[in-house]
Amino acid sequence: MGDDRARRRLTFEIFRFNPEDPESVPHTDTFELDETEFMTLFIALNRIRETQDPGLQFDFACRSAICGSCGMMVNGRPALACRTLTSDLPGKIVLYPLPAFKLVGDLSVDTGTWFRAMSGRTEAWIHEHKPFDPDAVEDRMSDDLAAAIYEGDRCIECGCCVASCGVANLDETFLAGAGLNRVARFMMDPRDSRSGAEWFDIVAGDEGVFGCLGMMACADVCPKELPLLEVYAYLRRKALGARFVKARES
Amino acid sequence: MTQRLVTTDVLVIGGGLAGERAAIEAAAAGHDAIILSLVPPRRSHSCAAQGGMQAALANCVKAEGDSPTVHFLDTVRGSDWGADQEVANIFADEAVVAVRELAHYGVPWTRVRGGRNRYFIKGEDVEVDEALENDGLIMHRDFGGTAKWRACYAAAGTGHAALYAVDSEVVRLGVTVRDRAEAVALIHDGVRCLGAVVRCLRSGSHYAVMAKATVIATGGYGRIYGQYTSNATINEGTGAAIALDTGVVPLGNMEAVQFHPTTLSPSGILVTEGCRGDGGYLLDGKGRRFMVEREPGKQELASRDVVSRHMAQVMRDGDGVDSPYGPHLWLDIRHLGEEHLRTKLLEVWDICRDFVGINPAEELIPVRPTQHYSMGGVRVNKDGQAYGLAGLFAVGEAACWDMHGFNRLGGNSLSETIVSGRVVGRRAAEYASGTPLRGSTSDAFDALARSEKKAADWLARDGSGPNVYEIRDAMGEIMMHKVGIFRNGGELAEAVAGLGRLLDDCDNAVLRCREPGVNPELAFALRLKGMLRLAMTVARGALARTESRGAHFRSDYPLRNDRDWLNRTLVRWAENDGEPAFSYEPVGLIDLPPGDRGYGADERIEMTEPVDSYNGGVAENQARHGRLPTAEAMGSRLRRGAWQEVAG
Repeated sequence: MGDDRARRRLTFEIFRFNPEDPESVPHTDTFELDETEFMTLFIALNRIRETQDPGLQFDFACRSAICGSCGMMVNGRPALACRTLTSDLPGKIVLYPLPAFKLVGDLSVDTGTWFRAMSGRTEAWIHEHKPFDPDAVEDRMSDDLAAAIYEGDRCIECGCCVASCGVANLDETFLAGAGLNRVARFMMDPRDSRSGAEWFDIVAGDEGVFGCLGMMACADVCPKELPLLEVYAYLRRKALGARFVKARES
Repeated sequence: MTQRLVTTDVLVIGGGLAGERAAIEAAAAGHDAIILSLVPPRRSHSCAAQGGMQAALANCVKAEGDSPTVHFLDTVRGSDWGADQEVANIFADEAVVAVRELAHYGVPWTRVRGGRNRYFIKGEDVEVDEALENDGLIMHRDFGGTAKWRACYAAAGTGHAALYAVDSEVVRLGVTVRDRAEAVALIHDGVRCLGAVVRCLRSGSHYAVMAKATVIATGGYGRIYGQYTSNATINEGTGAAIALDTGVVPLGNMEAVQFHPTTLSPSGILVTEGCRGDGGYLLDGKGRRFMVEREPGKQELASRDVVSRHMAQVMRDGDGVDSPYGPHLWLDIRHLGEEHLRTKLLEVWDICRDFVGINPAEELIPVRPTQHYSMGGVRVNKDGQAYGLAGLFAVGEAACWDMHGFNRLGGNSLSETIVSGRVVGRRAAEYASGTPLRGSTSDAFDALARSEKKAADWLARDGSGPNVYEIRDAMGEIMMHKVGIFRNGGELAEAVAGLGRLLDDCDNAVLRCREPGVNPELAFALRLKGMLRLAMTVARGALARTESRGAHFRSDYPLRNDRDWLNRTLVRWAENDGEPAFSYEPVGLIDLPPGDRGYGADERIEMTEPVDSYNGGVAENQARHGRLPTAEAMGSRLRRGAWQEVAG
């Protein structure tokens, strides 16, 4: 960052609405802040709250792009605020809450309810073949397969893909990138006993992979750069295979 | 409209790994369980643990000969003999099962690759043949202060993978999770814990939860060090603070605070010990590997307290790298190669790119020690039952169980979350099975009214008092600079005085936000006094402990003193009492006698009391300090003398 940019005065236009306050109406407020070196939106928003508007609501926890708390719309694009450097943005920064989630207040949205519901609908847990045996050595798995499952497990449920998804914004039951990725992660895991037909019911409906319109904004905005295109291709292939199995069984 | 009173069997305060694993035990026993969490559970700080989870599976060549007994030895040495050795034994035994259980839950552990592998060990690029019959078992990496490679890992996202797997079980079992919910007070009658008062962080309203058993699992108190911590913003020690408020539950070893050697300068974001475990070096400003000379045996992989002290000393000596944010040192992982960095240390790669804009395959990482872990916490017996208040339990970092003593080994806390969640969760479930829901609703409503009055008092206070965020920042400066890596009596006394003034300021502070709803400034203000009280127990405990042990280092008392200080600090401090009350109890039954750690200082003041005599007084002494009876007799899980067969 050059010296000139370090001395910029930034303008923030921030969406405001407090659903708990009967007087509150949705609007935007403008704040100004001197830019400092290595300033992230985590630093900037806390500075605004602590020195200008103590009522400003937003969410951060780990501030290291691991916990997924701080997804928000940054100049029209879903992003993790904690790892967004102001030096990568123009002098005017417009911040809105993520769409598709229920608003808690200002920039804070309720991702927890959405993700728990998604986990419940897709039964996003290992459906065990047998109960855990505390005296047994662990079942073997190749390191390559473990790495592939880990790749799918890296999603931090920040909701950026959901917010960017045209379908998820209209249909709250659509699994969106995070949900489809979650299904694929369990589908490829041999520890999960679910059969092709069971998977078919989860992924093949309009809420699943065939509801996707293929605009792929999800892959563009994913902060973890998950290979969502490959994930969807995998799911379509598997769903198609499962359909033949299901047809044969019936 | 929020319900004013909720009842349940087991209330778990905190939705990280330890709390969720405890809730699974409650649910598996058929109990109704509620988890309260500041954030959706998967955003808990457990998710930020990177490098690994210690468990002696002994699956790879460099782990040959490992066993829970060796793990026990490493843990007690790492603790600088401050640990309860029976708890360290329970831990080492059950960590093996806990890690395999996580594999069953779906954690994609990195696995052994049978055949030829290349590792970096103490600066050497070596080839090792892993046995083909071990192919596909859970792999280990090296970590600090361990005799064997023992840390089980999933790339550098071990905590994330574990938390998601455990939360999946919580969802499967249908456990109720109330996220954006904060316990602000315990409900109790002075003898039994009856539940907690909760503030909803969506609406700002309060309600009471009455429970047969209550489990504190709120993690550490790193944020009392302000910005000088690797911890998440939510690690404000709320669970320890509300336990302290009762005046009957003591906190243990609050002065035992860990500084992690490698956090990013200046943000304090963690860079895993796995970097050094996998062969990374520390370099000073002139590019020298200073740890080779200072710790020839373990080099970069001595325990965290020892490495952090060496680093701080190097910077004090002027051999650091100057920056606008103060000096730092370098972590060098370039030689591990891009492929290794983008697979086994992927999260480190991402953090370097996102927060300092560097490519760690080509550039050095700026690091310095920062507050990282709270060894102290709610003092509990081996069943996790808190001293002084039946039906209150604590697990994980929030507890002082106490397997870490004065220094925790890397990778032992992630294992502790799961092991203590299993062990203590089961005990809490048993307790709930054997007790009716006690207390009257008036106990709950009285506590509820007190909490609501506190919030109302903050909102009613007017005028031009101090600002809560300035008090927080002043607390952080005091804690880092006067209660940090190097401590001395003069600075600690200044810290105590300064924190006393901040407590007064807190009573006069004025909010600027009066908006209805959660009111983020009020939410923070309601925690601030508890944080200051915790900070005071750390500073006073450190001032009183005139020796150096583990992470507690006194420049004016540089030796470990097993003659006078082979004990655990306990502190009680009721909410409205002026002064905290300190007392000291034996660390527990001693099996491995105090000795040399194998790294760090080699001088100490020897224990004069015979071990048998020390052990003879433990049960009675701890009971006098509030220790409640355990399901099994004291010492039942100690394998006396087993260490003699493996001690090297």
